[in-house]
Amino acid sequence: MEFIYYFGEVFTPISFGLLLIGTIGGLILGATPGLSPTMAVALLIPFTFHLEAAQGLILLGAAYTSTVAGGAVSAILLKIPGAPANIATTLDGHTMAQKGRGAEALQLSFLASLVGGVFGVFLLIFLSPLLSKAALAFGPSELFWIAILGVTIIGSLDSNSVVKGLLSGCIGMWLATIGFDDIMGAQRFIFHSSLGGGINIIAALIGLFAIPQVISMFAKGRVEVDAEVIQIEKHSIFDAIRELTRRTRALSIGTAVGSIIGLIPGVGGQIAGLVAYDQSKKFSKESHKFGTGHSEGIIAAESANNAMVGPSLVPLLTLSIPGSPTAAVLLGGLLIHGIFPGSDLFDNNPDVAWTFIDSMLIGQILMCIFGLYIASFAARVSRVPQSVMAAVVLGLALFGSYSVQHSIGDVYVMATLGIGMYFLERFGFSAAPLVLGLILGPIAEANFIQGSMIANATDGRLAYFFTGNLNLLLVAIVILSIGYSAWMEISSRSDTKNEGTTS
Amino acid sequence: MNKLTHVFSSGAIASVGLIVAYISFTQQPSEAFLFPRLISTVFVILALWTFGKAVLGRSRTGDGVSKEALLRMAPGLIVTIIYVFWAAKAVGFYTASTVAFFILLTLYDPAPHDQAKSWIKRAIITAGFLAVMYCLFALLLKVYTPREIFF
Repeated sequence: MEFIYYFGEVFTPISFGLLLIGTIGGLILGATPGLSPTMAVALLIPFTFHLEAAQGLILLGAAYTSTVAGGAVSAILLKIPGAPANIATTLDGHTMAQKGRGAEALQLSFLASLVGGVFGVFLLIFLSPLLSKAALAFGPSELFWIAILGVTIIGSLDSNSVVKGLLSGCIGMWLATIGFDDIMGAQRFIFHSSLGGGINIIAALIGLFAIPQVISMFAKGRVEVDAEVIQIEKHSIFDAIRELTRRTRALSIGTAVGSIIGLIPGVGGQIAGLVAYDQSKKFSKESHKFGTGHSEGIIAAESANNAMVGPSLVPLLTLSIPGSPTAAVLLGGLLIHGIFPGSDLFDNNPDVAWTFIDSMLIGQILMCIFGLYIASFAARVSRVPQSVMAAVVLGLALFGSYSVQHSIGDVYVMATLGIGMYFLERFGFSAAPLVLGLILGPIAEANFIQGSMIANATDGRLAYFFTGNLNLLLVAIVILSIGYSAWMEISSRSDTKNEGTTS
Repeated sequence: MNKLTHVFSSGAIASVGLIVAYISFTQQPSEAFLFPRLISTVFVILALWTFGKAVLGRSRTGDGVSKEALLRMAPGLIVTIIYVFWAAKAVGFYTASTVAFFILLTLYDPAPHDQAKSWIKRAIITAGFLAVMYCLFALLLKVYTPREIFF
């Protein structure tokens, strides 16, 4: 119950002000198609340098929570999901809006997000200390395997191709080795003077998530946003609450599915929303109404994509393994303040950890309140032409990456990685495993070197890294996750082949 | 065309992998390259696997980049490259950002180019953008950016 002691920290004028800015800004950014929650959080990191660690995290956490929920606004009113996590919301949300029930759809979406989000944060509150205590028993070999596990799980589950996902992870781990070696001080892969200090993680995150979006907007050419914003009619919030309480089955399924998926590293909100929608449809007595503007569809999808936010931070705060690309960006936000998440985070920096978690709880409530009020405005902002959006994001990326260390080299690194990532994505590679590799690479290397030193003095490297129950369990999970993803890939390919033969 | 682009991209990645592996296994002190050797071995295996699949025409993920998309993005990409790698430092961040912003707006704005109204709109948006960036970075965050020729 330690989290209760830190609630006061969230209500200091600066912290609460930042929470409001993060929530309102996040709702507007989330409603804007093309601006993903990950990119929004990455672009916000430079603004946290001058803040205390807890305050910076409050801003980033609020933006994360509300961008996920804000994506529902454009999904419902424009039929354009603000983020991949809101794809399932368009199925019933927009149909409801077309039938003149836009306000009800928005109210249900934010109320369901609130319930799912609060449940997810409570999971984070109760699971994190337990897992962090268990993590105290981990030595270098276990920490090495956990870092590898983080990259392989996200590499195999987040990509359409297991091999390309793992290759992205490898590229990220290699990029992390650029610069001076920590132990010997030797130069490694410094092909250009900009790389002398290694690759700055914040500049890399901005480049990898923002620049590909900018180039994608360029690739669309001179496109006019022709989607019409559906006007919102008045609707009683109490009626929406009554409707939500009538749909507890969809709400429970969405919340449970989102929470479980959030705990699995690498599986994002997009999957959470779609799986919850599908399961709710299967278990619903009115399954035939799904897709025709049924409230259960919105409730299931939105409760799921917000319920995954809290649990996705459990592996980050306890094991330093980000559960999602956005969590990886949050890790970058922690590292710039000299805070290393892990087993001792709750002992060494309880004020930072608990204030951040508490702010996410309050942020869920603010998100619901403000979401209902600014939905109409946010939908109008989301119609801003892509040309303006691309130019603004490019400008923010340049200034943001420069402001990290006042280094033009970081700007070059940001742009090079961003342009490279755009082309890699076009050929089936994914940014998430690359980022995970970049972030977890140094953790894996430090523990590999430390483990090797212990191994040299004892039974040798093979015995040290491949014996012990925990090591074997982690290796088994690595192999299983790769095997499972490879099997899924092969079976989906043969399904496609069969469909092709039948038709 | 699609196969060729897959072969080219996976070939480029495999080449990077081979260079990384070569450096990792030949550079001294070898202790400093212990982890890169481990990573580069896996890197090369996966990269060659991907390259092999592309050569055999079995690369199934990724749509590649179409010629049309490449033509549409080329002007924006060229402006971006000049802006980031040269202009920002040579003429100053704010000046370069203003010019780049205005050019990108002009290139990709669907509004007609033969009306004075749309040009004025673009100029106002650009001025607004510059003002916001200056307030955020110069006044609020106190970031000193290269000013060079102009401010």
